[in-house]
Amino acid sequence: MSDAPARPIPVVTPEMAPFWEAAKRHQLVVQRCVACGALRFPAREVCSTCLSREVDWAPVSGRGEVFSKVVMHQANHPAFAALAPYAVVVVQLEEGARIMSNVTGCAPADVHIGMAVEVTFQPLDDTVTLPLFRPTSSKNG
Amino acid sequence: MGAHPLRGAAAIAGLGITPQGKVYGTNGVGFAVDAVRLALEDAGLEKSDLDGLLVNPGLTWNDQGMGSFQLQQALGLRDLRLTATMNLGGATACAMIHQAVLAIASGMATAVACVFSDAPLKPPAPDGARKSSGAAYGFARGFEAAYGFFGVNAMYALVTSRHMHRFGTTHDQLGAVAVAQRRWAAGNPQAQLHDKPLTLDDYRASRWIVEPFHLFDCCLVSNGGLAVIVTSADRARTLRKPPVYVWGMGQGHMGGDPADSLTSGAVLAKKPAFDMAGIGLADLDVVELYDCYTFTVLVTLEDYGFCAKGEGGPFAAEAHTGPGGKLALNTGGGQLSSFYMWGMTPVSEAIIQLRGEGGARQVAKHDVALVSGNGGVLSTHSNLILSRLPS
Repeated sequence: MSDAPARPIPVVTPEMAPFWEAAKRHQLVVQRCVACGALRFPAREVCSTCLSREVDWAPVSGRGEVFSKVVMHQANHPAFAALAPYAVVVVQLEEGARIMSNVTGCAPADVHIGMAVEVTFQPLDDTVTLPLFRPTSSKNG
Repeated sequence: MGAHPLRGAAAIAGLGITPQGKVYGTNGVGFAVDAVRLALEDAGLEKSDLDGLLVNPGLTWNDQGMGSFQLQQALGLRDLRLTATMNLGGATACAMIHQAVLAIASGMATAVACVFSDAPLKPPAPDGARKSSGAAYGFARGFEAAYGFFGVNAMYALVTSRHMHRFGTTHDQLGAVAVAQRRWAAGNPQAQLHDKPLTLDDYRASRWIVEPFHLFDCCLVSNGGLAVIVTSADRARTLRKPPVYVWGMGQGHMGGDPADSLTSGAVLAKKPAFDMAGIGLADLDVVELYDCYTFTVLVTLEDYGFCAKGEGGPFAAEAHTGPGGKLALNTGGGQLSSFYMWGMTPVSEAIIQLRGEGGARQVAKHDVALVSGNGGVLSTHSNLILSRLPS
């Protein structure tokens, strides 16, 4: 989906600001509970494992696999009208957290649960760079 | 062990269903008023007989917080002893009836109206009046929108994809649910799609909404209102319609990610309800399961034990659930084919069947029914075991 027209730019909320700052540096980070070490994403005020509010952001490898997948056929937003049908995935990161994304360089029908993927980054504007994923094998291709 | 003290203590004495679907001219409160008026007439009660009002406001209600007070004022109800605005999504309908039963059993209230209504459909606009404005996309500001992920259909589709991956559930198995329910809808004149037969080929040919969902995997959208009136068993026997006794009830709310468990709260809600009722699955004559999607029906069948976990697809595909099948399931067409009043759709069809008012779709033996409700994405679950028999 690297040829996407302007996507809706996410509003950078205070709690998600560290995520977007890291993405601009082409680094994927998720929240990590300081008290118990549990990873979580997207940002949440409290750790639902130990209820601690102490949190930092931890870099992750950006490698994972497709946990689930849908193919959107309705263009709910004009930015996606030319792209439909397109796949939306939930990626299970190898460290444990899950993140929603799209898979680039792969036809929607070829994206499958269990597929190995790795992060890649697409700048949307000066404030937001969007983490996307690509099949891991494409690294050498 | 003796019978549970609340088994059969309360009964549903009134049912009000407004016209459903593409009906216009009023809003959520208006449809709610109509539904309560119809339920009172059905029961042979006056509005002054009501001393409890529980309300599940649909998405288009202006007052989500205190909708029950808004409706009390609209109905001109005085001196209520019980009220609440409740929202467990599609699990609210059964949950309102739970609260009504408990209030009646405790003496807090004697006649409780439980109400849902919504008016999401707008009348067709005149030609050329369609508005198009960037402001309409103000919703697309979050993280998920950047990836083109929108709406509840897509949220359920993510869970469904996992079920298909893990258990081998197929599109045709999902389609079997849609086809069976449409066959039931043919006998229900109140069903929005009662005169629209559906074959498996029609299902396969229907457009994708969000894979793995075709159009006919998704429930309808409906304007309308639906109300029931709950009272004590003794009082219900003095009223106009045959009582529908509440034999059992339960709730279950799993928490966590349903894409992991692939399970509804039915696994928690089943035991308290069946224990209270003192019956088992084999005693059920009619089953009305919440069906926001075909997938929800498969999961709920599994979780109540009509088939093993993961075998909801094959169970449906073997055509057990249509008219003439071994399980009378969603006998009015459900929310896929009749109308979408959240959990009130399955509640109302159970009442109709138990009373013997089902007309062309009436199930021959109709003593005991199971009703389920489901909210969020398999997030909340509630149920009722209802019977036309006092004990």
